[in-house]
Amino acid sequence: MSILIAVLTLALIAALFGLLLGYASVKFHVEGDPVVDKIDALLPQTQCGQCTFVGCRPYAEAIASGEAQINQCPPGGESTMLALSDLLGVEPLALDEEHADTPEKTVVYIDEETCIGCTLCIQACPVDAILGAAKQMHSIIESECTGCDLCIPPCPVDCIHIKPVKVEPDTWRWPQPDHGSTAPQAG
Amino acid sequence: MSNSRHLWHFHGGLKLPSNKAISTASPVAKALLPKRLIVPVQQHIGEAGQLQVKVGDSVLKGQVLAQASSYVSAPVHAPSSGKIVEIDELPVPHPSGLKALSVVIETDGEDKWIELTPILHPNTKSPAELRQIIRQAGIVGLGGATFPTAVKVNTGPHAEIDTLIINGAECEPSISCDDMLMRNYARDVISGCELIQYIVSARHCLIAIEDNKPEAIAALQEIINEKALHTIEVITIPTVYPTGGEKQLIKVLTQKEVPSDGFPSDIGVLVQNVGTAVAVHKAICLGEPLISRLVTVTGEGVLQPQNMDVLIGTSMSELIEQSGGYHKDAAKLIMGGPMMGFTLQTDHLPVTKACNCLLVENTAEKTPEAMPCIRCGACATVCPAQLLPQQLYWHASSKNFDLVQDYHLFDCIECGCCNHVCPSQIPLVQYYRFAKTEIWNMERDRIKSDHARIRHDFRQERLDREKKERDEKLRKKKELLAKKKQAEAAAKEKDGAPAEVDPKKAAIEAAMKRVKDKKAALKTEKDDAASPTKKSSDEKNTQE
Repeated sequence: MSILIAVLTLALIAALFGLLLGYASVKFHVEGDPVVDKIDALLPQTQCGQCTFVGCRPYAEAIASGEAQINQCPPGGESTMLALSDLLGVEPLALDEEHADTPEKTVVYIDEETCIGCTLCIQACPVDAILGAAKQMHSIIESECTGCDLCIPPCPVDCIHIKPVKVEPDTWRWPQPDHGSTAPQAG
Repeated sequence: MSNSRHLWHFHGGLKLPSNKAISTASPVAKALLPKRLIVPVQQHIGEAGQLQVKVGDSVLKGQVLAQASSYVSAPVHAPSSGKIVEIDELPVPHPSGLKALSVVIETDGEDKWIELTPILHPNTKSPAELRQIIRQAGIVGLGGATFPTAVKVNTGPHAEIDTLIINGAECEPSISCDDMLMRNYARDVISGCELIQYIVSARHCLIAIEDNKPEAIAALQEIINEKALHTIEVITIPTVYPTGGEKQLIKVLTQKEVPSDGFPSDIGVLVQNVGTAVAVHKAICLGEPLISRLVTVTGEGVLQPQNMDVLIGTSMSELIEQSGGYHKDAAKLIMGGPMMGFTLQTDHLPVTKACNCLLVENTAEKTPEAMPCIRCGACATVCPAQLLPQQLYWHASSKNFDLVQDYHLFDCIECGCCNHVCPSQIPLVQYYRFAKTEIWNMERDRIKSDHARIRHDFRQERLDREKKERDEKLRKKKELLAKKKQAEAAAKEKDGAPAEVDPKKAAIEAAMKRVKDKKAALKTEKDDAASPTKKSSDEKNTQE
């Protein structure tokens, strides 16, 4: 008899918690994957596709699902990789050699005399940073350009060129003092 | 009266040799009117102004060259009359050595003012009107921070200012321009104090001066006694570096501490530099915008150290020349003092509103090789902001920018005390400056990437919407066609006619029918044509 009571009690408790969990999973359901949002927030949003995915968010989704490594973002450089490693609790990975240094920021500009107004670059720009219409000259809105260079390959007359972002006294950065050898690595 | 007040101490600090006497021996010299004035458009913290002039324009002394472009911005004015010969990116005094937009004026030697509108009775004007005058005059904090003064004195309706502190401490060694200003323009300083006190409606005003400036203290006290001002007090404070730091001075005078992420106005205090007070006096009582300032030209590397009244935009090389030129061992030109100043690569740079001192050092003592940190803790003992310089240094050098912020990097005032006492000669402040600009840069990048994300998402949404709209249109068209067909079919069925009602087909059929008829008609005609001969013969036969 006592065994029966024990079994019944446990069954009852199990059923109760089952209901509770079922209710919670409906009530507190999270749309989408919050980790993807967090990863996406760390990516530089150039939408350049150099990570082999079609944009920053697809790359974030790939990292979240474990399909991609955290060191595939050249525009983000080392700082993005470190931030991702920090967020996800994984070991930092070395970047490809060519991207080891913090990359110089660039934007593109259109040689407006050569532009034929074909609109191909406008269709390629992921952030709508190119202004123009068919058979009208196009120009880049520099403040909106992310430097992804996606507009360069489609241009039939090669009139889009890369230039570095100008450093103003306001945006200038103090160099790191160059006797790093005496500085112990903080844990 | 001057020493009746109880004073407090801030944490740490240093007693440094003042080295001020060499530049206060001679009176303030008025710098000669230069041939060319180079006026950078941005000489303040905030947004750069908008240019109001173009090359070829003639300008008068005091005319606006660039107007304030937003709330936290300040105009710049022509320091003398002349012609604008160039507007271009030119080198500015900045640690980076970079260029910035500047206006070059070729002076005509007449030094002719625009029409000035002095306010004779400032008390009849509202504080808001006076703030506007300060704003139009392009006044910025002349202690070195160059924050627009009109913004600083607008403390808002909720912050009640109890104490206005006028900062005449001038704690950094070698610099003596504020000292000379107080000695020579005591009346203007007091007038400026009264004006600012009126604008922020402060209950009382304290003028804080280090005890190594007895002449300045006496000069100001004399004016106060003469005017019988009861709410303005001159306070002599002990000479400790950096007692002239805003937060340190507030602590010394009031014992209050400014919150880490707050402003002095949060605790009812406002601090202004004595130079700013004089500029406010000039702007309101004389109508003159900020176009000149006192500059200390000093150091072992200059032959005749002195203080000079200099027009903004004058080349530093001319000031050195008028101060006797360089010593033969002169090796290093610093803008600012020995503790907080930065080295300039050239002297062909204009004096700006921020430039309080040109210090020329002899035989730049070779920066000794930095040794490893021995964890002695001397830096933490002297830090006036009560930070942990060691921890900051370690985390900054390993680029751990989250941790340096946890250790309150942004409360560091870069006074250089930790540098000064470090037995291992580690350039600590350089690490903090590096970390600060890196963090600002990351912040800028983050803002930019958030912006790019919004634009990308918006574009994606727009493309999706366009595609959907296109599909919808196509679908609707197809539907319409199908409906039409159906309706026609239905209509035919109703008439009882065969389902075939295509007018085209009908037309074709009709045409074919016509052709058939025609052919048939032709055939019968042919037959008819053949038969009459027979008929006629028959007829003939019958006639015969």
